[in-house]
Amino acid sequence: MWKLLQIELFKIFKRPRTYISFGAIAAMILIIQLGLKFDGKSYLQLLMSGISDSFYVPYEMILNGYLVAFVILNTLLIQVPLLIALVAGDVVAGEANMGTLRLLVTKPISRAELMLAKFFASVLYTVLLLIWMAILALFLSMLFFGTNDMLIVRNDVMEQIGRNDVLWRYIAAFGYASVALSTVAALAFLLSVFAENSIGPIVATISIVVVLTILSEMKIPLYDNTVKPYLFTSHMLAWKGFFYSKANSNGQAISGSVENLPAILRSLGILLTYMAGFVTAAVVVFRKKDILS
Amino acid sequence: MLLQKTKGKLDKINDYKATGIMKTDVSFLKVPEANVTVYYKKPDNLKIKNNKGISLVPKGAVSISLTDLLKGNYTVIDAGSSTVQNNQVKVLKLLPVEESSNIILSTLYIEESKFLIIKAITTTKDNGTYEVEMTYGKYISYALPDKVVFTFNTKDYKLPEGVTFDYDDGTKKQTENTGKNNKGKVEIDYSSYVINNGLPDSIFK
Repeated sequence: MWKLLQIELFKIFKRPRTYISFGAIAAMILIIQLGLKFDGKSYLQLLMSGISDSFYVPYEMILNGYLVAFVILNTLLIQVPLLIALVAGDVVAGEANMGTLRLLVTKPISRAELMLAKFFASVLYTVLLLIWMAILALFLSMLFFGTNDMLIVRNDVMEQIGRNDVLWRYIAAFGYASVALSTVAALAFLLSVFAENSIGPIVATISIVVVLTILSEMKIPLYDNTVKPYLFTSHMLAWKGFFYSKANSNGQAISGSVENLPAILRSLGILLTYMAGFVTAAVVVFRKKDILS
Repeated sequence: MLLQKTKGKLDKINDYKATGIMKTDVSFLKVPEANVTVYYKKPDNLKIKNNKGISLVPKGAVSISLTDLLKGNYTVIDAGSSTVQNNQVKVLKLLPVEESSNIILSTLYIEESKFLIIKAITTTKDNGTYEVEMTYGKYISYALPDKVVFTFNTKDYKLPEGVTFDYDDGTKKQTENTGKNNKGKVEIDYSSYVINNGLPDSIFK
């Protein structure tokens, strides 16, 4: 299995399109950091407009590396699934298109093993992409903007996290995001089994993610109460939950706490269930598939 | 006479640097307790600085220096007596003479025997009405409190969900109807003061 995984990783990283994702993420992050470096105060004034009448707001201190990283993740974790689909949608369909799939399944390895190796290679690519994002979004932001307490702006409350209480939250958030994005990879992987050309699974994955994200984010009661809790896209944002602290009886944030950890774990369970479902379906279909290309 | 003696006591303080713990209790803010340093320099310079991070200081907090309330010319009205913190206090209402003054009305609750302002309620043009309540202890001879509770008005805070993209964990948010939503409170428990030791003006910039 390890040898298979190495071969699949080699195939993924041999293709130039793999590096499009890394380049695109680097470009997007640098653009956001540059924008905030030159005009971050205007952005903060917009976010803090609700409290600036009542409080003196230290904008220079609030605009630090931790906040910038959060803003970047907020923006990118909607677009990054598309970059994941670019590679994961190609792992099976791409080989079918090139005509190498038939040759591959003649080797003395089970189809299930082959499929699992391909999926784990997609997951490793996803994790590497996230590590790349973490280095640029978090560590580069800390370098450019310095560090201080982190202010999280929510819909109805503003949360402050002490500077010594931030890093572990980012580690947990990135860990969660890797599971969320691997679920997207699993969906693309499943769709890749049905196609002989990678364009179809890539576009289908992107379309599904976009439509379901819109359903998840729109506040329409008809969907809120019926469909939304069961969509995997509704649980992809749960990484933010690591930045929501509990408050004591006097309303002060409790350092080191998470407001609703059971909800995050529940969301994690749902994502893992979807991932297992997609991968199982992909393996079952592929095992029975007649490969004619 | 009472006000002059109270003011006289406060006038002995040229500057101070105090350390303490600040607790913020506002419905739309969830912030941890902060170790703060409070700098004051005559006549009305006050700065609250978080020693290790960010602090959101309410506007009007400069009034916790009390001298800000007593500067300028005003008409004093005797409003009788009252009880605050189980102490019998004299109530004085101060109406600024200058029309350009930001303060519209100040109500001071003064403990007569010690010439100490226990509580002050101030209405301003810019920042609404706020209340300052002092508890005295170790530094009572300097008229410097051990604890200050500053209560102020706040506006409702809400940002569109399409801007913040919050994580919806499925719990229903209950709208609190305690009136707490419109009042905020900041409490500072002072641990020490360094009085009349000189402070540079650069601290207040």
